[in-house]
Amino acid sequence: MKVWRYGDNINTDMLFPGKYTYTCSTPEEIKPHLLEDLDPHFAKNASREDIILAGKNFGCGSSREQPVLGLKAVGVKAVIAESFARIFYRSAINQGLILIECPDAVKAYSEGDDVVLDMDAGKIIVGGKPFSFPKLPKEILAIRNAGGLLAYTRSKLKNK
Amino acid sequence: MGMTFAEKILAKYSGGKNVVPGQIVTVCPDYLLTHDNTAAIIQKIKNELDEYGVYSKSLPVIVLDHVIPAASEKTASNHKIIREFVRSYGIENFFDVGTGVCHQVMIEEGLALPGKLLLGSDSHTCSYGAVGAFSSGIDRTEAASLLLTGETWLKVPNSIKIILRGKLKPGVFAKDVVLYIIGDISASGANYCSVEFHGDVEQFSVDDRFTMANMGVEMGAKNTVFLVDEVTTNYLDSIGVPRSAYKPVYPDEDASYMQELEYDLSDIVPVVACPHTVDNVKPITEVEGLEIQQCLIGTCNNGRLSDLKIAADILRGKKINRNIRLLILPASRKIYEEALREGIIESLVKSGGILLPPGCGPCLGAHQGVLAPGERCLSTANRNFKGRMGCKEAEIYLASPATVAASAIHGKITDPRREMKK
Repeated sequence: MKVWRYGDNINTDMLFPGKYTYTCSTPEEIKPHLLEDLDPHFAKNASREDIILAGKNFGCGSSREQPVLGLKAVGVKAVIAESFARIFYRSAINQGLILIECPDAVKAYSEGDDVVLDMDAGKIIVGGKPFSFPKLPKEILAIRNAGGLLAYTRSKLKNK
Repeated sequence: MGMTFAEKILAKYSGGKNVVPGQIVTVCPDYLLTHDNTAAIIQKIKNELDEYGVYSKSLPVIVLDHVIPAASEKTASNHKIIREFVRSYGIENFFDVGTGVCHQVMIEEGLALPGKLLLGSDSHTCSYGAVGAFSSGIDRTEAASLLLTGETWLKVPNSIKIILRGKLKPGVFAKDVVLYIIGDISASGANYCSVEFHGDVEQFSVDDRFTMANMGVEMGAKNTVFLVDEVTTNYLDSIGVPRSAYKPVYPDEDASYMQELEYDLSDIVPVVACPHTVDNVKPITEVEGLEIQQCLIGTCNNGRLSDLKIAADILRGKKINRNIRLLILPASRKIYEEALREGIIESLVKSGGILLPPGCGPCLGAHQGVLAPGERCLSTANRNFKGRMGCKEAEIYLASPATVAASAIHGKITDPRREMKK
């Protein structure tokens, strides 16, 4: 498990350049360009269970969903940030990517610290120190528990 | 306790009497906007579309604008898939290549109206607050779900009231105002919030309001709105929308706001948003003289007739600097036609401008005016993110059409007030 640490205002062009928006849409097409203009090491070295720690306004900018699809496909366990931009936040709910808004946990991190996530308890442990985060509202949890928005919508259509 | 604009709209659309910030409601929007990304959206739900069809033929509005005319076999195929979808499902509102940028089309076709709720799979969907609508951006997956079910959830946002007082000085425009505000409150200053503009706003035309509402997402807002007044109704009259077609929604006098901000418009000077964030805003005096290679006037932020006219007035009878490529993008065919009639296009082209088709053009870096490493572009678009115009080693500066036009003459960032005095 690796921790990737980034700053404030990581926008959607840094996460996935706009020039590929209409040519790449499958996870396999997206993965090589993830974070291309921000951190070329990410696409090469990121792996399942990795965690991203970031500052304010992570995911600001475009409504493109390739950044979320890509992070999900890599198997990123969670993005923990001081705050998120709202379209990105919704998009993550739709794809089942875990985002946690917890400024104190982000600020407490120093390089080399272990970051452990306990979703059931609503806790992040950074370098041995616990930080709590609030549970999602039930309407949102229903989407996540269904396996994302399209799975949720499919079951809704079937039960109509 | 009274309700804000967003609270009133979300109460109306969720069938509730009262809603409070933080509450989650289910809403059925009046329209769902999608663009070139419709191809990816419908491919996600191919089987469901076959089985259940679309929720309603009148819900989707599809505008081809992002990569037009197609730049590759892939984008051409996307457009073809979308046209076939429109035909086979009888989608009522489809606007093919060349009609204009989706947000401009939504407003000038009278689809975005006061008191309506619209969602779109494009972040600048927040633009329709220019005419008193509640509108917000969503992703492709949510658009796909809406195509099938016609409904989604929204969290009732907190609201921010921005009060604008006084009068703008010559050479200062709506773009300067909104950039100034973003510079002040930061790119996340309105995160998750509904932003209402109040105060002396009658001086701002619907074009100006569009420019400002469009930038709402650049301060993190869920939606941005100018409340309906005579400026709005006169505009809607002018495009042939009957007054019976809409019912404006206003916040209550005693509504509760998370934050109230007041700005004196006479304090604002021409500004430039410097690389690589929209909130890196500086007075033009701090960046004047910086050499540039490309100028862009247009996009959904500043491609309207009044924007092109301001640029043409500054450029008329002059030539742009030999080291500059000046790209002009009318935001729609209607604007293009009117600009032709009024001699605006002739003036811009004679000065050295290059006309691009009405669409998003080079704004998102996919085609038409991509930058080379080391180059600088001064643009009227709404984003200056690193790599946004196709090259991560290039720089994008954002400013008003007047500033871009004045700068094109000199080949370097120029205070528009110098050119406007002449």
